[in-house]
Amino acid sequence: MNFPNVIFAFILVLGIGFFARNVGKLKRNIALGKDVDVSGNTTIRWKNMARIALGQSKMVRRPIAGILHVVVYIGFVIINIEVLEIVIDGLFGTHRIFSGIGSLYGILIGTFEILAALVFVAVIVFWFRRNVVKIRRFMSAEMKGWPKQDGNLILYFEIVLMGLFIIMNATDVEFQSLNSGNIISQFFAPLFEGYNLHFIERAAWWMHIVGILIFLNYLYYSKHLHILLAFPNTYYGSVKPKGEFNNLEAVTNEVKLMMDPTIDPFAASDDDGSTPDKFGASDVQDLNWVQLLNAYTCTECGRCTSECPANQTGKKLSPRKIMMDTRDRLVEVGANIDANKGEFIADGKQLLGDYITNEELWACTSCNACVEACPISIDPLSIILEMRRYLVMEQSAAPMELNTMMSNIENNGAPWPYNQMDRLNWKNE
Amino acid sequence: MAEYTALGKQPEVLFWVGCAGSFDDRAKKITKAFVKLLHQAKVEFAVLGTEESCTGDPAKRAGNEFLFQMQAVTNIEVLNAYEVKKIVTACPHCFNTLKNEYPSLGGDFQVMHHTQFLKSLLDEGRLSIEGGQFKGKRITFHDPCYLGRANDVYEAPRDLIKKLDAELVEMKNCRKKGLCCGAGGAQMFKDAEQGNKEINIERTEQAMEIKPDIIAAGCPFCNTMMTDGVKNKAEGQIEVMDVAELIANAKDL
Repeated sequence: MNFPNVIFAFILVLGIGFFARNVGKLKRNIALGKDVDVSGNTTIRWKNMARIALGQSKMVRRPIAGILHVVVYIGFVIINIEVLEIVIDGLFGTHRIFSGIGSLYGILIGTFEILAALVFVAVIVFWFRRNVVKIRRFMSAEMKGWPKQDGNLILYFEIVLMGLFIIMNATDVEFQSLNSGNIISQFFAPLFEGYNLHFIERAAWWMHIVGILIFLNYLYYSKHLHILLAFPNTYYGSVKPKGEFNNLEAVTNEVKLMMDPTIDPFAASDDDGSTPDKFGASDVQDLNWVQLLNAYTCTECGRCTSECPANQTGKKLSPRKIMMDTRDRLVEVGANIDANKGEFIADGKQLLGDYITNEELWACTSCNACVEACPISIDPLSIILEMRRYLVMEQSAAPMELNTMMSNIENNGAPWPYNQMDRLNWKNE
Repeated sequence: MAEYTALGKQPEVLFWVGCAGSFDDRAKKITKAFVKLLHQAKVEFAVLGTEESCTGDPAKRAGNEFLFQMQAVTNIEVLNAYEVKKIVTACPHCFNTLKNEYPSLGGDFQVMHHTQFLKSLLDEGRLSIEGGQFKGKRITFHDPCYLGRANDVYEAPRDLIKKLDAELVEMKNCRKKGLCCGAGGAQMFKDAEQGNKEINIERTEQAMEIKPDIIAAGCPFCNTMMTDGVKNKAEGQIEVMDVAELIANAKDL
């Protein structure tokens, strides 16, 4: 091994190692959520993952963004084959080790170059949509500051990486002389005539691979994690009808006790731990781990918010903000655990109130438009419901009119103050 | 239902009327229209009458899981005592709750929305649908969230409307993308949060864009919200009717 190979190996191990460390944290944070039964339906789940994540089926419902996204996605996945060659070359001091496979190599690199050019164009269009056309869903209140910057940074990363790939090929004298696979780069080669080609080629090569490692590590701090988490997220996404809300088991136990005439009300309670310390959710630890995975997976595209009837009519509720708040609070809790040697020390904050307000929660019509709109099976509605449960069952903090509705149901079996005995009156009217 | 049991008989289906269908003046008309169609098709059906109670849907969506499960368990006991197997309801909220949320609490029934049931009667040749007064009218169907997105029922109500020889026109947001009327999630029972528009007005405006004569609904709450929206925006130009009412009126029942 030569000196550059050692450097390369060092950078590679550092880049991947640091990322692995953060993935460990990610898993730990997601595991802070409550357990939830995701067993069964494995065939449906695999199919969902293949169709929704791999097949991008829900992305193309909005054709412009969808098709451009498919271009970037395919480009990203396929061009990564090239990274394998770069890694082998870097470690063993070879140069374009795969070029030995003959004309197929030209076809391969040619494909990469075309894809790189397409990705380049798509990313520029994305940038225009965000910064010049100012599409409404990218302009919401929750998109100010870091989320906006994050979105643009990702685009800059991609532009630079694709640019370096083309430059690297354009300045590779040997590769250009083969005149096979240089479909795009041949047009850029003349730009570099007269310069130290070898130096530029090496610089582009190094910057390309280091850039990829930096981008890999950037994921953990960014909304861009969706490129990895979309796959588990679509796998663990709900397989039930959207209208079905879970029945809280702890409540079922209580109700059964209440309805059972053989129970001795004065018996000492045998607390078997089946009663939770809290009904519903006021902080991230009260949510289940799939909901927390949802939060990390969200890439802030805002399709949910743009379909939300409450948001469309000017209410504060934005399903995307529910997901971003959940993630931000989870990151905060994770940092707290890191700072306190693996233990969470109460910080006087929680998801409810400090991030998400009651007003947002009560604006929801539970219509499932957000769930339907999400291209990667995120369910903001289930989080809203858990927090409403906390408000109602722990704090009795429902809006007055809803309390009236609920006491009507309790007293006369209908949400309105009518007499149960009048239920059949319509028959004779 | 008690009368059937006293006679030692089982009806073909139990009609779950729901709170709106029992008490709300507008929704009672839907109930009656649906009952007329059941009679017409010679369906032996029963209702629970005073033994029916709220399914608990609005309580559950408001976050009161206790109240929901109390209601559910009580209703399930009644339904199981009468050995009910098949339920039909004209309310998508009751439909969703009975179908999806009762099974794990011990209530396993075959549950159908009334548009599905009417469609099955039509397919079996027990019910006929005529165009009558609706021939050539522009009718649009507003998808109730708890029928459409929540349970993927989109075609049954549309198939019925098409039989009226009417022109079925679609709003820009329909089926999976249908916009909520604003009543779900217990919103029916409270004022909306601060915003710049009411949701039912937004939805009514979407309907007005395609100039329908009639907005067809499949939910008593959507019906209320859309009727209210039309009163505000297009009084006298558009009518809001349930699919069951359309069919019953076409037959002059």
